[in-house]
Amino acid sequence: MSQLPRKPTQKTEAGAYDLELVREIAASMKGLDGPLIPILHALNDRFGYVDDTAIPVVANVLNLSRAEVHGVVSFYHDFRHEPAKRHVLKICRAEACQSMGAEKLFAEVAAALGDSAQVTLEPVYCLGNCALSPSAMIDGKLYGRVSKEKALAEVRK
Amino acid sequence: MTLRIYIPCDAAAVSVGADEVADAIRTEISKRKLDATIVRNGTRGMLWLEPLVEIEEAGKRIGFGPIGIEDVPSLFETAAHPKALGDIAEIPYFKSQQRVTFARCGITDPLSVHDYEKLGGLAGLKKAIALTSADIVKMVTDSGLRGRGGAGFPTGIKWNTVAGTTAAQKYIVCNADEGDSGTFADRMLMEGDPFLLIEGMAIAGLAVGATKGFIYIRSEYPHAFAQMNRAIEIAYTKKILGANVLGSGKTFDLETRLGAGAYICGEETSLLESLEGRRGQVRAKPPLPALQGLFGKPTVINNVLSFAAVPTILAEGSAYYQEFGIGRSRGTMPIQLAGNIKQGGLIERAFGFSLKEIIEVYGGGTYTGRPVRAVQVGGPLGAYWPTHLFDTPFGYEEFAAKGGMIGHGGIVVFDDSVDLARQARFAMEFCAIESCGKCTPCRIGSTRGMETIDKIIKGEDVANNIELVRDLSEVMRDGSLCALGGLTPMPVLSALDHFPEDFTPAHQAAAE
Repeated sequence: MSQLPRKPTQKTEAGAYDLELVREIAASMKGLDGPLIPILHALNDRFGYVDDTAIPVVANVLNLSRAEVHGVVSFYHDFRHEPAKRHVLKICRAEACQSMGAEKLFAEVAAALGDSAQVTLEPVYCLGNCALSPSAMIDGKLYGRVSKEKALAEVRK
Repeated sequence: MTLRIYIPCDAAAVSVGADEVADAIRTEISKRKLDATIVRNGTRGMLWLEPLVEIEEAGKRIGFGPIGIEDVPSLFETAAHPKALGDIAEIPYFKSQQRVTFARCGITDPLSVHDYEKLGGLAGLKKAIALTSADIVKMVTDSGLRGRGGAGFPTGIKWNTVAGTTAAQKYIVCNADEGDSGTFADRMLMEGDPFLLIEGMAIAGLAVGATKGFIYIRSEYPHAFAQMNRAIEIAYTKKILGANVLGSGKTFDLETRLGAGAYICGEETSLLESLEGRRGQVRAKPPLPALQGLFGKPTVINNVLSFAAVPTILAEGSAYYQEFGIGRSRGTMPIQLAGNIKQGGLIERAFGFSLKEIIEVYGGGTYTGRPVRAVQVGGPLGAYWPTHLFDTPFGYEEFAAKGGMIGHGGIVVFDDSVDLARQARFAMEFCAIESCGKCTPCRIGSTRGMETIDKIIKGEDVANNIELVRDLSEVMRDGSLCALGGLTPMPVLSALDHFPEDFTPAHQAAAE
């Protein structure tokens, strides 16, 4: 049977980085084939980001060098280096969405949000919803046929 | 008799409100005290009609769409609903398709093994259990199936290489890192008929003697990831997976892994690196993954659609599958029609149809109502096609002969407001963002390409800079380790070849 947790770890409020918990999570997933990325996902989900202080702990549990773990953390777009703001708005700016005005949408939403303290705005390259472009993902929920008004209304709810 | 109401659980349907519609229907059912049950099916692939609600009456499924929550009460009141579409199976968009891989998608409850078996599921795996490894490989080879991820490598030959190795452990890896813009067939299949992928991978395990498989799913697909996990769990309880696959005495274990937001991990060797827990950097080939793949062991790595075609080939015979198609492109191709299009969705047809038919007959023209100017086929690394080439028959060789590729079957439509110089620039920009950094032509070339196209757009020394971009494209194409750097020139050169007018200073000045 698979040892991988069947559901993505529930996202909780990002709190102080508890290194004992990091060790516990890493140790519990150590037996997986290729455990590093699943562990980093679990930390990212649990704490909202992967803190630098977690790197030596994970490295120690997996018997890897700190450089190897750091290299993996920094390679992938998903692993955050600091917590996101309250809402995460990802707007697709790949070709299918571009054909439906995604570049303009992204620019307009960015201008409307300014330096919002509540919303982290990020580009994403394809959400697999290309027949209902433009697409966006807001706090993990997928939206199709997104307008500036719709995106802003969702994050301001 | 219990009324059955179908509302898709597919992410695309959910993105336009299917969950809210399902909730509203549930409320309406209890309010009216109806004897009714809700089935969350996959999507039929007619995505402009989502959320598409189907109500089963006298053996027929009557469609209504697109349904908003405001339309729900009237679904139970008027016989002639303004959004009624009639018998869903009779809609020409759907009826005219040749659904082989997607035969069940949108029809069944994706997580019901009972539904799956009732509509032909598991017949392929049962057949495979009765065959020798060599016979399974031969059937796949004879079917003419080629890799549906984009490279088009014959699946049977790959399997034969792995079957011919001797190793204590072999692996089956499914590439579900569907990162190409304009594609969603893998996602739709994993959400709408996940047992088909499980069955295809289990057959591959029997064929090559592998006891373990992994499905690497991109993190942009949380619905598909959750659905595959649920399906795998069910497959274990039904003994489709595990130590004794359908009582055969053979073992096949399957796990999912989540990607972490890197387009390059759709490249097979980079995907293997990622699965092993490293940076997704491309490996040099040889050695082929078939000989030294995951954890250095012989590995079959195929796309979702390649595995998903296999159960039908086993169940119906290789001749059945092979009879579809043209030239060396055998079988069916699930086309994904996307972008600026009125009727976007999934269209599965035998190879050989034309872009013109897909865009005009199925697509019904652009969403904006303006004329079509270009389509990009095969994702961000595919060529931009002008309308005068829309008659090209859809096939691997036929497209290559015109300087393009079919890739994973995504078609992105653009209207006449598109600026191909900017699209060419984006191709370079995307490569720069997503390059793994291992080889120089891709890592540096993409950034320099972007800067040079910027100069062209600004009207600086245009003729010389175009020459420079062409030269750079040649270096990237011939000198890159993998398809990312190697194919980024394809959209760039096709834009230059077919739409030279967009690169002129006059055009760019007008666009300002």
